[in-house]
Amino acid sequence: MSNITDLKLVELVDKIKKKELSSTEVTIAFIERSKKSKKLNAYISENYESAIKKAKIFDQKPDFKKKLPGIPIAVKDLFCTKNIKTTAGSKILENFIPTYESTVTQNILDEGGIIIGKLNCDEFAMGSSNETSYFGNVQNPVSENLVPGGSSGGSSSALAAKLTPATIGTDTGGSIRQPASFTGTVGLKPTYGSCSRYGIVAFASSLDQAGPMTHDVKDCSLMFEIMSTYDTKDSTSVDFKRENYFTNLNENIKGKKIGIPKEYRVDGMPKEIDELWEKGIKIIKENGGQIIEISLPNTNYALPTYYIVAPAEASSNLARYDGVKYGFRSKGENLIDMYEKTRSEGFGDEVKRRIMIGTYVLSSGYYDAYYLKAQKVRRLIKNDFDEAYKKVDAILTPSTPSSAFKIGEKLNDPVSMYLNDIFTVPINLAGLPAISIPAGHDKKGYPLGLQVIGKAFDEQSILNIAFALEKNISFKNNITDWWIK
Amino acid sequence: MTIDLKTVKHISKLSRISIDDNKAKKLGKDLNSIFSFIEKLNELDTKNTEPLTSIAETTLKLRKDEIKSENIREDILKNSPDKNKDFFVVPKVVE
Amino acid sequence: MSKNNGEYLIIRNDNKYEVIIGLEVHAQVLSESKLFSTSSTKFGSEPNTQVSLVDAAFPGMLPVINEHCIKQAVKTGIGLKAKINKRSIFDRKNYFYADLPQGYQISQYKNPIVGEGSVILDMPNGEKNIGIERLHLEQDAGKSIHDIDPQNTLVDLNRSGVALMEIVSKPDLRSLDEVNAYIKKLRSIMRYLGTCDGNMQEGSLRADVNVSVRKKGDKKLGTRCEIKNVNSIKFMQMAIDFEANRQVDLIEEGGSIDQETRLFDTKKNETRSMRSKEDAHDYRYFPDPDLLPLELNDNFIDQIKKDIPELPDEKKKRFIEKFKLSPYEANILVSDIEISKYFEEVSKNSDVKLATNWITGELFALLNEKNIEITESPISSKNLSKLINLIKDGTISGKIAKSVFEIMRDGDKDPITIVDEKGLKQQSDPKELENLINKVIAENPKNVEAYKSGKDKLFGFFVGQVMKNSNGKANPKLVNEILKKKLN
Ligand SMILES: [Mg+2]
Ligand SMILES: [Zn+2]
Repeated sequence: MSNITDLKLVELVDKIKKKELSSTEVTIAFIERSKKSKKLNAYISENYESAIKKAKIFDQKPDFKKKLPGIPIAVKDLFCTKNIKTTAGSKILENFIPTYESTVTQNILDEGGIIIGKLNCDEFAMGSSNETSYFGNVQNPVSENLVPGGSSGGSSSALAAKLTPATIGTDTGGSIRQPASFTGTVGLKPTYGSCSRYGIVAFASSLDQAGPMTHDVKDCSLMFEIMSTYDTKDSTSVDFKRENYFTNLNENIKGKKIGIPKEYRVDGMPKEIDELWEKGIKIIKENGGQIIEISLPNTNYALPTYYIVAPAEASSNLARYDGVKYGFRSKGENLIDMYEKTRSEGFGDEVKRRIMIGTYVLSSGYYDAYYLKAQKVRRLIKNDFDEAYKKVDAILTPSTPSSAFKIGEKLNDPVSMYLNDIFTVPINLAGLPAISIPAGHDKKGYPLGLQVIGKAFDEQSILNIAFALEKNISFKNNITDWWIK
Repeated sequence: MTIDLKTVKHISKLSRISIDDNKAKKLGKDLNSIFSFIEKLNELDTKNTEPLTSIAETTLKLRKDEIKSENIREDILKNSPDKNKDFFVVPKVVE
Repeated sequence: MSKNNGEYLIIRNDNKYEVIIGLEVHAQVLSESKLFSTSSTKFGSEPNTQVSLVDAAFPGMLPVINEHCIKQAVKTGIGLKAKINKRSIFDRKNYFYADLPQGYQISQYKNPIVGEGSVILDMPNGEKNIGIERLHLEQDAGKSIHDIDPQNTLVDLNRSGVALMEIVSKPDLRSLDEVNAYIKKLRSIMRYLGTCDGNMQEGSLRADVNVSVRKKGDKKLGTRCEIKNVNSIKFMQMAIDFEANRQVDLIEEGGSIDQETRLFDTKKNETRSMRSKEDAHDYRYFPDPDLLPLELNDNFIDQIKKDIPELPDEKKKRFIEKFKLSPYEANILVSDIEISKYFEEVSKNSDVKLATNWITGELFALLNEKNIEITESPISSKNLSKLINLIKDGTISGKIAKSVFEIMRDGDKDPITIVDEKGLKQQSDPKELENLINKVIAENPKNVEAYKSGKDKLFGFFVGQVMKNSNGKANPKLVNEILKKKLN
């Protein structure tokens, strides 16, 4: 039999249900591999002992009706997990142990999932390379000293390196799709309001969404089906009828109208990405889909809009980290001094930079020029998509304008770092669902992804389209275990 | 437009993040490059556009007026860096 | 300082200054649970025992709004004859403070739930209309305690997240008496509606006071100062008085007023600048992305309208028309919902005039003496009603009634029982009275002689003697009648 950790999520579920594998065997296998993979720095906290205990309990009285029967899963350290340290990648939450569980992780637990650890991420999810984490860089298993993307970089690395059979991330401007693309994995950012935000450390409330990261589309549909629930604890959670995304998954895309936005052909985009896109278009056509040229005229304004809206919300969301209720505190001569020192020492540079941007765009005299302006442009961007969806069922674009880059390469140029999210950010601004699937390699052998964007709450369609693409692309992630000595 | 050192210091004050002069200069530089890229929005005429405040396709749900939370003082205080058994503790505030 | 004609002027060196006052009243919404969380709003619990993860702003916690608080705000809006806004928005007001765990207060800024309205004040020289600018919902903060630990400030978050209605008046108030009347009227309306208990000792009603002055006759408003969080009418009046005089002095010295936030020091009786608030005075309001705009439909508002009880102004009108009370009497009886309830219970089965007199006279004196509310009255409305009926039907005289009342006050005893037990019933049997009268006539032949010869004044003497012989129980009206017959 092949290695347990080589199996995909759905295969593992199957084998456990058929009693070919026990939860304990599976859990130990992923933990053992995780232990050998410290060099990747994918984990912030390990929950191994408790996880094995839970697996054993599951095996004593297995419930095979569960969708994740005794399946070990490591999750991004942005999800609050009861009695397991939750840091958001920040010194300011270094020792924070929640007494509560996020709705999304609770959904996973309720289906029999077992949490084996908390995965590294950019501090408060602010970053595109996992280089802003207080707990250090994460290695992309694709190649040494390559970033795994961000902010869900620990998640993408752990998944691609098979330290966990599936994982979950959060996506505010591309933080699931970009790392998925950089590591040759699948990542779905659901429609805003599909997955509850309760218990997720907030970055930008109007953009944040949790979503699954998996080896393939089938695994992705299963995870998404489990994660997406209506939650009265989140006022922005939407009460709509959720599909059986996993059962309904099919590759039939005959007659589907797929839009190709001309504005996504940006200057200086590597040729491989263009070719990848063409390959996707060809597959759609061959499978009976219809390709339609569309225009999303305000695409170029998405990134500047995002870099006003997200920091503004973040500056306010992160005000609660003041050294009083939880987390790190620095000694101060008085209350204000304590605040200023705590926040100065507790936050990293990127977080501080964004708090400052956010504070500035909301401050008196600048609100109208920046924040209000950005909200108006956000409407224009959403209108673009509304218009496009009168003509098409889904939209196909590349996931990122380039493949993964070297650690340190873009560290001193924030704007060039921000440009990484150029294809993903508009989708968050419009609140739409989008999936990134691996679709090829560049000449360095690094993975590249394609993105399928859907109508609001029409995750089933983009899962199906991605499923069809996946079948025809037959992408193979050629990861050697270079980090395991 | 440019963000000068005084503005950087003012924002840092509002944000309650202390910053020394060297860092302020570096930050000022970063902010200026970010804002020059943000200025792009001025190309757009948005006079007649309504701001989009909420992207969620739903209306505000109302909760019943019921007490569901119990006394969890221990949990609430547990993670606090400075506390006594009843209170959060902060440096003396003089009004 | 002159307070004639409702005018409040400060005079310095022949300059007359008018004082302009506006109030931002913070009224705690009567509700079981908090505005955005399910913890209790109960007053006086152990510190930090009514704090949820949401109230303490733990990572990942989100606000979910309490429907009842919205209804209460709408109800209050209707009571203030104000416009109800069908779409309102919750904003974040950002600032750092020890008792503000989120680092922002959720409030309403540009789009409040209630718009313009008005309140009528009954002033000695007539009615005065005070404009309401708006009413919005917001969260209360926690409490910083400075006097337990000498080295540190302690924070109690029990209040954190409790719903407040901020009611902002227009700068229409012109005197300390108007401020007093305005607060009392607001309190009265909210207590009628059951939207705020108005308990100032427990902090259910506090106000930020905006004060400015201008030379009499000027049209333009002067620069105002805001005095934060004053929690009694007396302190409001003291603060305004100090602040207005401070401003006048400054102007007279050739200085100018800085618009600023000030604090009233109740011990020193002075206001002073709040430096800590000034330090970062940029609230960076923006719509809370964790909440959606609040949309109310007509049906929702109409349902609430159906629940609006008769309010003090309408009740007063009815009392005057139906019961023929004087405006003065009606005012007193409607000023507080509990008083009006008591009055209506008593007058339902008894003479209205007597009820009015007994409540505003004897009963109020008793409550005053004991320093208690009418809800704690030792005499129930039922028993007071019985007492009044005993007077009305002639069973006892008004004078006897007073002594019965004295007995009732120590234990709400049924006045009928008291009258029976003590044998206080008025003697109204003409035969018995005739016997009494005959006796008095027989015992005083000289006076009878004198009366009959024209000394009319002696009639009173005979009445007195009869009453004395009956221990005050003889029905005076009958005694008069029979005596007249006998003597003439
Ligand atoms: Mg105020
Ligand atoms: Zn207020």
